[in-house]
Amino acid sequence: MSEPLLELSDLHVKFPTPSGAIHAVRGLDLTVHAGEVVGIVGESGSGKSVSMLSVLGLHGPAAEVSGSVTFRGRELIGAPASELRHLRGGRIGMIFQDPMTSLNPALTVGRQLSEAVIVHQKGSKRAAGERAIDLLDMVSMPNPTARLRSYPHELSGGMRQRVMIAMAMANDPDLLIADEPTTALDVTTQAQILDVLGRIRSERNLAIAIITHDLGVVAGIADTVNVMYAGRIVERGAVEDVFYRHEHPYTSGLLACLPRLDSRSELLPIGGAPPALDALPLGCAFQDRCRHVTSACTEADVQLAPVGATESACVNAPIAVGVR
Amino acid sequence: MTEPLLRVSRLVKEFPARGSLLRKSKQVVQAVSDVSFDLHRGETLSIVGESGCGKSTTARCVMQILPPTSGSVQFDGQELTELPDEDLRRLRRRFQMVFQDPQASLNPRMTVRQILSEPLAVHDADPATIRPRVDELMQLVQLRAADLDRYAHQFSGGQRQRIGIARAIALSPDMIALDEPVSALDVSIQAEIIRLLEGLRDELGLAYLFIAHDLSVVRHLSDRVAVMYLGKIVESGTNEDVYEHSAHPYTQALLAAAPIPDPILERQRSRIIIEGEVPSPLDPPSGCRFRTRCWKATQRCADEEPPLTDPGVGHLVACHHPEEVNVVQRPVSDQKEHS
Repeated sequence: MSEPLLELSDLHVKFPTPSGAIHAVRGLDLTVHAGEVVGIVGESGSGKSVSMLSVLGLHGPAAEVSGSVTFRGRELIGAPASELRHLRGGRIGMIFQDPMTSLNPALTVGRQLSEAVIVHQKGSKRAAGERAIDLLDMVSMPNPTARLRSYPHELSGGMRQRVMIAMAMANDPDLLIADEPTTALDVTTQAQILDVLGRIRSERNLAIAIITHDLGVVAGIADTVNVMYAGRIVERGAVEDVFYRHEHPYTSGLLACLPRLDSRSELLPIGGAPPALDALPLGCAFQDRCRHVTSACTEADVQLAPVGATESACVNAPIAVGVR
Repeated sequence: MTEPLLRVSRLVKEFPARGSLLRKSKQVVQAVSDVSFDLHRGETLSIVGESGCGKSTTARCVMQILPPTSGSVQFDGQELTELPDEDLRRLRRRFQMVFQDPQASLNPRMTVRQILSEPLAVHDADPATIRPRVDELMQLVQLRAADLDRYAHQFSGGQRQRIGIARAIALSPDMIALDEPVSALDVSIQAEIIRLLEGLRDELGLAYLFIAHDLSVVRHLSDRVAVMYLGKIVESGTNEDVYEHSAHPYTQALLAAAPIPDPILERQRSRIIIEGEVPSPLDPPSGCRFRTRCWKATQRCADEEPPLTDPGVGHLVACHHPEEVNVVQRPVSDQKEHS
């Protein structure tokens, strides 16, 4: 396989608090290749968002980040702020859950889009304005020329998210980091936005790292899937392998507790709750909720290792949990 | 068939539209527009739809939290909209509500014991019975009685929702309206609350009026389903009617848009991407309200509002061009020219 576009290795993110550090990301290894759609799934607090924010240096001043993040071979941890600034909105675009808080409410859509172009590419205001229309066109914004004069509050949630995608695409990035991009949207709007992302991706060979709690979204768009739990990846593999041939009990628990549109089969809850990130047990973080727990699970940390079709972090794998 | 527990007829709720700073608006927004349905004892009816379709407002009007503009809400034969306050208050013990955000609907200054005792005391329970009943409620929602003297913020989101449910069942109601009770929860917690609701329904014979936007949750939990769009019910029927034989284009678009956590099926399914956005409820389209986004729309749809009619047995559709399709599992190869 070619050189990875983005490579995270042994990434740790800690938030110091008076009562001890919260270890939000605990040794994450992740790669994204050019043109690949990588899904990062997990529940609240699993570390899926903060790990990708730290790629861009957006983890906030309180966080302690260690490990390595390379983008096209360049190390980003400890890189000068100017270099990260150049990368953000340049080679790496970002979109977030709530476009209203990401857009400037006092500036028109056209102004914000042109700014994204000019900051990275110089050039004239007129050229940037034309580029802004092209960008809105690319995200299938109805009536793009008129929309340039709109303020964010005049747009619906779906249109704002289109503006965010247009802005993220302003400088033709190699990678788009999408953090819960459709979570705040209604289901028909979500379908429109996923359609736009899928189309842009295939037109431009764009790589997308999509962070979501919604396994349905991942099933539809991702090439590879990473399942996170308590700051670690517990399972990863090609999308079909993770859904149909998973090895980790958490992955199987997550799928078994999901209500589905196409069946009314019984839901099997996992039971319990994720551990507190400042008081993690020794060994596997899922041990308290796992039906397959053995003494080996409580003795030492478990690393992600190839088992069957996927890589999974379970000492008891394979336990044939995922064969259907 | 027996008399329904709840009969809602021609319910309308209007809100005054907000005017500008200098000029008051005389416009009204019709959030709920001529909505009728029945709910039988022990039955779960879900109202599903996207933001702003009027599903929550409908529930609030049914529960008499908001006064309906017009229409009738009959609970066990009694007309709630005309009931004197005192009688309504007394009847309320038989219909209760659970809200989306337990954080916002539980008083932060009250212990769980106080939260659960209050409805009992308000409805004149014998003080000697309150303590054992509160213990029993904790058991019913699978919380530890030892936690009764803690405050709501000391519980997790899922546990707080259990407290909200315990409060709703405290007075042994016949019916509970649940407004998005699991949408703020992570999936593993959501599954537990859904199972709890199912268990309580079977154990206590409760009827649920379930308000939700998540089509998969609704599929799982409902006996019957009503789909709302812009203040109106566009389709209603049994769970199978709506999910396997939907006939209204909007229902079909909703079902086609909802993702299924199954990569092969999800990538083989046909997509119906409806264009544009929901029109403003201030100025809804003439005729059928969905026609501006519908691939089947004809002149008739603009001229004539399609009534909610029953082409089969109890499967109601408000469309001039209904056609039953199983969109959930329909593969792309079957897809018609639209999309």
